[in-house]
Amino acid sequence: MNIMPYLIRGLATGGQFALVAIGYTMVYGILKLINFAHGDLFMVSGMLLIYLVADFPTMPIYFSILIMIVITVVIGYLIEKCAYSPLRQAPRMSVMISAIGVSYLLQNLVAYLTGGISKQFPELPFLSENIRLFGVKDKISVFLSPILAILLTVALVFVINKTKFGMSMRAVSRDFETSQLMGIKINWVISVTFAIGAFLAAAGSLLYFSKNTGINHLAGSTPGIKAFIAAVVGGIGSVPGAVVGALIIGVVESLARAFDLADFADVISFALLIIILVVKPTGLFGEQVREKV
Amino acid sequence: MHIWGLLKKMSSILEIKNLNVCFGGIRAVDNISFDVEKGKIITLIGANGAGKSTILRSVSGIVKPTGGDIMFEGESILGLSPDKIVSKGITLVPEGRRVFPNLTVLENLKIGAFLRKDKLTDDIEYVYSLFPRLKERHWQQAGTLSGGEQQMLAVGRALMSRPKLIMMDEPSLGLAPLVVRDIFSIIRTINDDGITVLLNEQNANMALKIADKGYVIETGNLTLEGTGRELLENNSVKEAYLGKSK
Ligand SMILES: Nc1ncnc2c1ncn2[C@@H]1O[C@H](COP(=O)(O)OP(=O)(O)OP(=O)(O)O)[C@@H](O)[C@H]1O
Ligand SMILES: [Mg+2]
Repeated sequence: MNIMPYLIRGLATGGQFALVAIGYTMVYGILKLINFAHGDLFMVSGMLLIYLVADFPTMPIYFSILIMIVITVVIGYLIEKCAYSPLRQAPRMSVMISAIGVSYLLQNLVAYLTGGISKQFPELPFLSENIRLFGVKDKISVFLSPILAILLTVALVFVINKTKFGMSMRAVSRDFETSQLMGIKINWVISVTFAIGAFLAAAGSLLYFSKNTGINHLAGSTPGIKAFIAAVVGGIGSVPGAVVGALIIGVVESLARAFDLADFADVISFALLIIILVVKPTGLFGEQVREKV
Repeated sequence: MHIWGLLKKMSSILEIKNLNVCFGGIRAVDNISFDVEKGKIITLIGANGAGKSTILRSVSGIVKPTGGDIMFEGESILGLSPDKIVSKGITLVPEGRRVFPNLTVLENLKIGAFLRKDKLTDDIEYVYSLFPRLKERHWQQAGTLSGGEQQMLAVGRALMSRPKLIMMDEPSLGLAPLVVRDIFSIIRTINDDGITVLLNEQNANMALKIADKGYVIETGNLTLEGTGRELLENNSVKEAYLGKSK
């Protein structure tokens, strides 16, 4: 049997999950919040492009994609501003509940607008075209996903570790108050974190939905959960961890399919999650900074 | 008398006026007023929970006072955000050091200068000259430093903003006597370099020895003030804060 197509498709799904997983891990890193709405933002992002293409058929597709990305980033920003920022002093549980609320809000809003009917993601020039590489014939988006995920990750890790803004992100993730004493505007840093997460989710949704073309209001749940598992497996808070976790999940699930265990793919993912947490509770790349306080 | 009052006003860099801070009905600072004279070392002493930290945190904009006013260089800074207050030239070395454990020593220094856009090399050299240990360990994660080294880093980090007023909240807490001496001698050096110091201390003996002026805070109230020497000689201070009997 030829494993190659499964490997490539696994890396592709993994790359797409990775782009979503980064949003989970970054938000967790800075707010210690599991942003349950992130998977739904991913779905909304895909839905937006469907409506943009349907309602403005004469608009060039690249322009529609650009608008879709911008709107996704704005929604990501607004979610934080409206639903999380006012709860900065509240117990963490309240913020979690607020996140679950936003998740259902987005799902139900989309269900209302679409009538709950599945919509077809548009054919995208380039991304939706088929090519043959390594003896595998598939859409360009499939081959592009892991590459794009890794490039964006490298760029992001560079920003986090080597720039002044990244330094302020790392500081805020540790200590809000002392960061403020340094003159850092923590709300700004948090907003940018959400914007980056939303941007990557939009990129992920372009790649994911050009392969899985039917979208309804629940289309964000499964990728959302998978990306979240990936973030936890990789060590939540760690960006490279999220990417490695996502690639592992993608490949493992795809290989399950190769061995005719497609129905077990989810079981395997969750089992993997549990095993990794039991063996290494902080995840693969979970940080363990020695601290003397 | 009038002219004296005016001169005093002109020479004070920070004025706390009728400051009140409440936390959910509990009055942590109760109508406190005092001045910090420019170029001097001022110390606040008082028992645990007296309200010393709350005063410094109010000046930094971290805590929102319920009443009163805080003037810096003749302008009210009440209600300004912490970053605005830092940019005016006020910095706080927080209680418990609070270095960023996941940043290197050098990054901790750089982040102290977060609002500055100019070159930092001279300032980093200045901090290294005060604390040579930090230079040796500049690449190390701050979380792996010893308590004393972390305190040095916290002071160095605060200096990186080029403050006019540096506030330190119990810098000697939990440090060995030798390190405490080092920290106090550095406080002197910083002050000699022209930076006004407002110091919270439990270690009243050391603090009053270097302070030009001291204030005693008791459960949110200012109960006594005087020069460092006056307070060192004061009987009730001796008894309550210096561990000596009459
Ligand atoms: N954020 C807060 N919420 C509620 N109460 C607070 C808060 N911060 C301080 N307090 C209360 O205000 C009072 C003064 O606290 P503060 O930290 O200013 O004392 P302190 O003089 O610095 O004491 P110490 O020497 O132990 O550091 C205490 O009773 C404290 O419990
Ligand atoms: Mg205190």
